[in-house]
Amino acid sequence: MRKLILALASATMLAGAANAATVYPLDRATILVGSPFDFKVEFDTVVKPEDVKVTVNGQDYEAVFGKKAEFVAEEKGDEDKVLGSALILRGLTIAAAGAYKVEVSAGSEAKSVNWDVYPTVAEPKAKNIIFLIADGLSVAHRTGARIMSKGMTEGKANGRLAMDDIPPVAFIGTSSTHSIATDSANTMSAYMTGHKSRVNALGVYADRTPASLDDPKVETIAEALRRTTKKSIGIVSTSELQDATPAALVAHTRKRADKADIVGMILDVKPDVLLGGGSAYFLGKDVPGSKRKDDKDYIAEFKNAGYALAIDKTELAAAAGSNQDKLLGLFHTGNLDVTLDREFLKKGTVEKFPNQPGLVDMTKAALDKLSKNPDGFFLMVEAASVDKMSHPLDWDRALVETIEFDKAVAVAREFADKNPDTLIVVTGDHTHGVGIIGTIDDEKPGDEMRAKVGTYDDAGFPNYEDANGDGYPDRIDVSRRLFLAANNGPDHYETFRPKLDGPFVPAVQNEAKEYVANEEYKDVPGAVFVQGNIPKDGDTGVHAVDDVVLQAVGPGSEGFRGYMEQSDVYRVLADAFALGVAKD
Amino acid sequence: MTDDSRMFFDRRRMLCALAALPILPLARPALAAETLGFGELYKSFGVLGLEFSDKVKRLTGQEITIKGFMAPPLKAEANFFVLTEIPMSLCPFCSSDADWPDNILVVYLARKQTFVQFNAPIEAQGILEYGSWTDPDTGFVSQLRLREAAFDTA
Repeated sequence: MRKLILALASATMLAGAANAATVYPLDRATILVGSPFDFKVEFDTVVKPEDVKVTVNGQDYEAVFGKKAEFVAEEKGDEDKVLGSALILRGLTIAAAGAYKVEVSAGSEAKSVNWDVYPTVAEPKAKNIIFLIADGLSVAHRTGARIMSKGMTEGKANGRLAMDDIPPVAFIGTSSTHSIATDSANTMSAYMTGHKSRVNALGVYADRTPASLDDPKVETIAEALRRTTKKSIGIVSTSELQDATPAALVAHTRKRADKADIVGMILDVKPDVLLGGGSAYFLGKDVPGSKRKDDKDYIAEFKNAGYALAIDKTELAAAAGSNQDKLLGLFHTGNLDVTLDREFLKKGTVEKFPNQPGLVDMTKAALDKLSKNPDGFFLMVEAASVDKMSHPLDWDRALVETIEFDKAVAVAREFADKNPDTLIVVTGDHTHGVGIIGTIDDEKPGDEMRAKVGTYDDAGFPNYEDANGDGYPDRIDVSRRLFLAANNGPDHYETFRPKLDGPFVPAVQNEAKEYVANEEYKDVPGAVFVQGNIPKDGDTGVHAVDDVVLQAVGPGSEGFRGYMEQSDVYRVLADAFALGVAKD
Repeated sequence: MTDDSRMFFDRRRMLCALAALPILPLARPALAAETLGFGELYKSFGVLGLEFSDKVKRLTGQEITIKGFMAPPLKAEANFFVLTEIPMSLCPFCSSDADWPDNILVVYLARKQTFVQFNAPIEAQGILEYGSWTDPDTGFVSQLRLREAAFDTA
């Protein structure tokens, strides 16, 4: 505590000084011992190289870091604007754990940062880790999925979700380095690197130069596993494999939108199992459906690297049983369709991609493959569309996605029952501004839909049914259903009804580039106009800054406790696998 | 808006027809453009790529009309826009051109036209072209285009 106050006091004092340089990794960074990272100093002005002084714990930095940094006389911004001088040292590693105070000065500029280079235990606590993440998972999603899937009688749930029996162990603070708010790139990057970063950034600190691929890198968990273990790595997502969450295991870019580059970064690390969507970025630009701007054929490159390819549910099942170690499963050019459309309504793009697997199929296949490695594995499973359906305020689809996620959690728990040396983590990466406030009851009198919203005692219980016992409601358009409300959003029409024709599109852009309520829903009987409360360039609901609940069970789970910064989760994962101990 | 663009549309079409006449004396009649629907663009969809329909292949190089929705332009000065089957809530150009659906058509206008209300359906007319093309000004890669095009509110 005293240390923290001192650190805060020194940070405040320095912030007050004129022309403070910026040092990456930032102050209070936590760094896995032995992990490579880039060290960068950004001076606010152009300085002379001979004036630059860098010490580490009072010694000249070269003696401690073992390398000399490159001096950049002038970094350029947009339109060649001179931003100042810089020092860059790439691929630095610190072999000895401990506290490191880095002091930098040049001319009138000075900055001091403290890093905690942490060790891990010597012997791994767990053989396997299954890290299950529902993108955007908020408390309302859990509650809603439970009520929708299991039902409720006299105030008690009629059943439990698979995730309900995994102890909630920590509240996770998701804020980013430049904002209290956050996105799926820097949040998952914090989990998967142990370093917080800026919105849209993956595996890097966000520097000031416009280029997105030159920012100071930090090591990702997949890279750390390759460096220190012989474990297998699996990435499973219902989104494009290049999307922020799956990409965070391997990628280094300031811009999550660098999806074409991210495919190359995936190939660099070669995770053993890759299952998801996003084939458009694997195809050369001459192939209709490609989203690349070059001719690279990554399907061929992955095959050459020893991957079997599966492109639908049938091929996935066949591949899971084969002896080929590496598996690339691409089931859609973009994101996979959501469960409600894929399995029930057959809307979205299901007609075009009729045989997509779901998260449960993919999780099972990945576990089949990865568990063959006697050294164990790290598997990341993402239910991407809990978030992708929460943005457009399509709560029915978001809840059905959460139910599917829970079934993947059940698969993981079954695996852990048989393999107790498995750590399971269940969490979200950030939250959404959503709550369940009651029900909508079509049987209530009148035509006004708003009058049919039941709150407090009038809410009663929804009448979803699950006659076939598959865990999903037989229909979502029942007469008394859950009413979820967002606390933010663009102008839109609230229809009080599930969107049976395809995912909700609340707002569309007009000629002034402002998002206005989508008129398509205006004439739905009883629809009411909802005035937006975010800037008009916002197309959908936004992420909340609220903490995320993290649940964990298995060896190593005792490391999660109380309030934790999202980046601190990495340290627990690293400890479970003893990643601080280099491979012989 | 509607009246202006209709007038413009007609004038462009006339100019186009006049221009075409001396060069292509056997050219198709300018007004008999065949209609193409968004449901008719592809013969097959697949993870490893899409295949254009026989109709697209047959109509390539010919003037066609197609109904759809105009997505917000990349830049105010861009000489093309993207036509989509349904109104797009995303502005993919705002972050990247990554988030477009597969079934889009890039429309290169013969002359600048005023951006229409996004929710309103439009009808575009122009010469159909398929195959990969990288826009030299923006780097935007398209597979299916209308050249020398104009549009009208449908």
